[in-house]
Amino acid sequence: MSAPTEAPPSAPDRAPAAEPAKRVVRIGDRIFSGSTVFAGSLILVVLAAVAIFLIVQSGPAFTANADEVPGPSEDFWSYVGPLVFGTVWAAFLALVLATPMAIGIALFISHYAPRKLAQGLGYVIDLLAAVPSVVFGLWGVLTLARFVQPFYQWLGDNLGWIPLFSGIVSGSGKTILTGAIVLAVMVLPIMTAVCREVFLQAPRLHEEAALALGATRSEMIRMAVLPFARSGIVSAIMLGLGRALGETLAIAMVLSPALVISPQLLTSQNPNTIAANIALQFAEATGKGVNILIATGLILFIITFVVNFVARAIVARRAAFSGAN
Amino acid sequence: MSTTTAAPAARPMTNSLAAGRLPRFSPIFLLIGSWIVMGAVYGMLAAAGTLEGFDIVGTVFFGTVLFDVALFVWSLVVEGGRRARDRLITSLVCTAFVIALLPLISLIWTVVAGGVHRFDLTFFSSSMRNVLDEGGGALHATVGTLEITGFAALISVPIGLLTAIYLVEYGRGWLAKGITFLVDVMTGIPSIVAGLFAFALFSLFAGPGIRAGVMGSVALAVLMIPIVVRSAEEILKLVPNELREASYALGVPKWLTVVKVVLPTAVAGITTGIVLSISRVIGETAPLLLTAGFTASMNYDLFDERMMTLPVFVYTQYANQGPEASDFINRAWAGALELILIVAVLNILARLVSFFFSPKTGR
Amino acid sequence: MNISRIGGVAAIAIVGAIALSSCAANEAPAGDSSSDAKTYSGTLNGIGSSAQGQAEITWGTGFQTANPDATVNYDPQGSGAGRTSFISGAADFAGSDAALKDEELSQTFAGCAADTKGIDLPVYISPIAIAYNVDGLKDLKLDAATIAGIFKGTITKWNDDAIASQNDGADLPDADIRVVHRSDDSGTTQNFTEYLAANAADVWDAAPSQTYPYTIGDAAKGTSGVADTTSQTANSITYIDESGAGDLSIAQLKVGDNYVKLTAEGASEVVANSPIADGREDNDLAIAIDRTYTSEKAYPLLLVSYMIVCQEYADADKAELVKGYASYVASEEGQKAAAEQAGSAPLSSDLAKKVADAIASIK
Repeated sequence: MSAPTEAPPSAPDRAPAAEPAKRVVRIGDRIFSGSTVFAGSLILVVLAAVAIFLIVQSGPAFTANADEVPGPSEDFWSYVGPLVFGTVWAAFLALVLATPMAIGIALFISHYAPRKLAQGLGYVIDLLAAVPSVVFGLWGVLTLARFVQPFYQWLGDNLGWIPLFSGIVSGSGKTILTGAIVLAVMVLPIMTAVCREVFLQAPRLHEEAALALGATRSEMIRMAVLPFARSGIVSAIMLGLGRALGETLAIAMVLSPALVISPQLLTSQNPNTIAANIALQFAEATGKGVNILIATGLILFIITFVVNFVARAIVARRAAFSGAN
Repeated sequence: MSTTTAAPAARPMTNSLAAGRLPRFSPIFLLIGSWIVMGAVYGMLAAAGTLEGFDIVGTVFFGTVLFDVALFVWSLVVEGGRRARDRLITSLVCTAFVIALLPLISLIWTVVAGGVHRFDLTFFSSSMRNVLDEGGGALHATVGTLEITGFAALISVPIGLLTAIYLVEYGRGWLAKGITFLVDVMTGIPSIVAGLFAFALFSLFAGPGIRAGVMGSVALAVLMIPIVVRSAEEILKLVPNELREASYALGVPKWLTVVKVVLPTAVAGITTGIVLSISRVIGETAPLLLTAGFTASMNYDLFDERMMTLPVFVYTQYANQGPEASDFINRAWAGALELILIVAVLNILARLVSFFFSPKTGR
Repeated sequence: MNISRIGGVAAIAIVGAIALSSCAANEAPAGDSSSDAKTYSGTLNGIGSSAQGQAEITWGTGFQTANPDATVNYDPQGSGAGRTSFISGAADFAGSDAALKDEELSQTFAGCAADTKGIDLPVYISPIAIAYNVDGLKDLKLDAATIAGIFKGTITKWNDDAIASQNDGADLPDADIRVVHRSDDSGTTQNFTEYLAANAADVWDAAPSQTYPYTIGDAAKGTSGVADTTSQTANSITYIDESGAGDLSIAQLKVGDNYVKLTAEGASEVVANSPIADGREDNDLAIAIDRTYTSEKAYPLLLVSYMIVCQEYADADKAELVKGYASYVASEEGQKAAAEQAGSAPLSSDLAKKVADAIASIK
C-alpha cells in the first residue's frame, strides 16, 4: 500500500496539526462513515418524531377537568400518579427478581455447564424471547396465578405484619407480585442472551491467567469476566427495564388493577402500570380520553428517559472496559 | 495450592500436601440428602395437618436452599474460605438456573400441550375466512407475520447496524453520546406508543384511518432498532483493538477494516442480536392490532389493506370466543406454538450463518 | 452488513415461497360466482365493539358465503375506537355498545356525504348475566339492591341476611364474597351500572359509567378474562355478557315482584318495549332502554349494541355494499345466525322492520 505512514483515523485525540500534510481521503471511507452518521441521525429523527407526536397529542390532557378524567380522579395528575407508581414498582420488582437470575443463567451457560448442554440451553432460552406477550398473559392468568395463590395465602397469614404482605390476600392470585414474576420471566431471555454473549467474549487469556495464578473459578469470574462484562450487564438490565416498563398486554391480562398507591404485594387492589392502562382503556376512549391516555404515554417516555439518564451516570463513573478504546 | 488456609482439624484426605477437599461426588449426595430432609419436614407438616397435602415445589426449593447453606458450611470447615466461597457461588449459579428454568419450562409445556391439538395440515393451509367453529387456520396470519416482520427487519437491521458501527468506530463527541443515550430511551418506548406513532405518521401522509401491513413494519422497526444497536454495539466493542491495528498497519482503509475484519469477527454475536431483536418484536400484539388491523382473509400485499398477524390471531382467538370455546383456544395455542417454531427456524439460520462466516476461534 | 441482509432475504424468500405456492384452501378464487342473484363485491371495513365480535364474524361469514367477491373485515378494537375511526372515515361502519353521543354528532363525518351524519342501527342485543362460582349453590336469586350492595362492597359475606332472606333453604357458605369486575372500560360495565342506578339508586350512588366506579375485588380484562378469573376464584361473583358465561352458574333477577331467569326472549321483550331516544334524526334508532320495565319474562339487565353507518355515503359503491351487509345483519336469517353463534337475543319483528326501513334509506 502506498501510504504506510498513514495514521489510523480512529485516534481521536490527535490534534489536526499533527496530521501529515498530504492526507489521503478515500472515497470508500467517506461514503461508509457518512452512511453510519446518517443512520445514527435517523434515530435522532425518529425519536424526535415520537416525542413531538406524544407532546402534541397529549397537550389537551393537562388541563382536563374532573369530568373528563376517567374514574374518581380530580385532575390529570391525580389520575397518573398511581400509574407512575405502579409502573416503576412493577418494573423494579421484576428486575430485582430477574437480574440475579439472568446473570446466574448466563454464567451457568458460559462458564459452568458442559459445552454441549450449554448450547442447547442457550438455544431454548433464545426461543422464549419470541413467546408473544399474549401467551405470557395467558400463562400468567391460567397457570401461574392459580399456582402461587396458596403461597400468597400462607405469606399473608404468617408474615402479614410485614407491610409488603399486609392486606386481604387476593383470592385469584392476580396481584402485582404475580405481574412482576410474569415480567421477570418475560425479560429473562433477552437479559440472559445479552449477558451470555458478553461473558463468552471475555478474553480467554485473562481467564487462563487467573486460573494459572491459583484462583478458584468464582474468583476467576470475579476478576476476569465480570469487570469485562460490566457495561454489557448494564445494557442487559436496560433492555430488560425497557421491556418491563413498556410491557402492555401481559400485565393488562394478569394484573387486577385499581386506582391506588400501595406497595402491598398480595391484595386484589394493585396499582396499574401506564402501558397496561393504555391497553385497557384505549379501546373505549373518545375525545379527551384519548389525549389523556397518550399523555400517560408521554409520562412513561419521560420516566424511561430519567431512568436511563441515571443509569448512564452510574456507568459513566466507572470507565467502560472495551476493546475499541 | 496454598495450605495455610486449610483448617488443621479437618484432614481426612490422604494427600497431606494439598488442602482438605470434599469427596468427589459429595455435592450431589448432599443435594439429594437436603431434598430428602426437606421432604421429611414437609411430610411431617402434611401428616400433622399443618399443610394440605405434600408440597413438592416447596421441597425442591427449600431443599436446594438447605443444600447451598450446608455445602458452604461443610466446605468452609474442610476446605477453607476461598474454596467454600467458590462452592457457594457455583451452587448459587446452578440454583438460579434451576429456579429460572422452572417457569420457562412450565410456559413451553403449556404452549406445546395446548398447541398440538390443532397443529395439523388445515391449520397451515387455511385462513379464517368463513370459518365459525372448528377448522380454519392461520395461513393468513403466517403470511402477514413473515412479511411484516421481514420488512421491519429490512428497515431496522441496516439502520441499527450502521448506527452501532458509527458509535463504536467513528462516533466521538456530543452526537455519539446523544445517540447512545437516545437509543437507551428508545428501548423504553412502550410498544403501544410505537403503534400509535406509526398510525399517526401514516394518517398524516396517507389520509385518516389507513391500515396496511407496512404500518405494522414501521411500528415494529421503531421497537427493533434500539435492540439491534445495543446488541451490535456491545459485540463490536469487544472486538480486540489489536485486530484493527494490525489491519491499519497493513494499510487497509478504515471502512474495509470494519467490513472485512471487525464485522466478521463479531458476526456470531451480531446475528444473535438480530435474531433476538426479531424474536422480541415478532410476538408484539398491541401495535399490530392498531396498525395492521384484523382480517379473516388472505392478503399478500404489504402496502394495501389490513393484514393478519400471528400474535393478533392468538389474541383475538382468545378474546373473542364463540360458543365452542375449545376450538378457539386450541387455535390460539397452535398459533403461539407456530410463532415459537418460526423463531426456532430463524435461530437455526443464525447459527448456520455464524458457523459458516465467523472466523474459527478456540471457543 | 452482508450477514445482516441474510436474515431479511431469507424471510422474504420464505414469504415468497408461501405466497407463490399456495392460496388458502378455504378461500375460493374470486370471480366464479355464476348465480343470477345480485351479488356484492368489494371490501367493507368495520371497527368497533368486541362484544359484537363473534356476531360480526358470523354475519361476515354469511354475507361472504352469499357474495364470494365481497370481504368484510371487522376489527374488534372497542366501541370508542370504532366510533372515532368511523367519524374520521377510517371505517366504513362502526360497531358500538353506545349510540353516537351529541358531541360526536356535531362533528364532521369524513366518510359520509357532506352535511350528513351517522345513524345508529340496533342490531345486537345481549343479556348480561350475574354469574357466580360457589360450590353447590344453584338457582341463586337476587334483587337489584342486593346486587348493588355486593358489587359496592357493603354486603361482604355469602350468608349475609340480604342474600339469605331471598334464598330460602339454599346452602350459603360462610365465606367472603369475591367480586370480579372488568378492568377495561366497557359497554358491559356501562349497562350494568345503568341498570343498578335505575333500580337501586339508594345503594348504588355512583353515576353510570364505563369505568367500574368502586375500588373493590378483582379486576380482569375483557369478557374472557372475567370468565377465567371467576371460574378459578372460589366464592366469586361477576357480571358478564351471557355468551361468555360458559359453565358459571347464573343468578335469577328480581324484576317487579317475581324472580326471572335470564332468557333471550326476556331481553328482546324489554328492548321491544323501550322507546327510541328522541331528539335524533328519523332513521337514528338509538334506544333508551327501559331498565324498570316489568313483565313475566322481562330481563332488563342487557346491552344493546349498534351498527353505525352513514345516512348518505360519499362513495355510492360503498353505500350499496353497506346496505347489502346491513340488510343481511338485520334480516331474520342474520339475527338467527348470531343468536346461535354468539348467544344474542334476536330483534323483535317490530324493531327489525324499523331497522330495515332505516337501512333502505341509506344512500
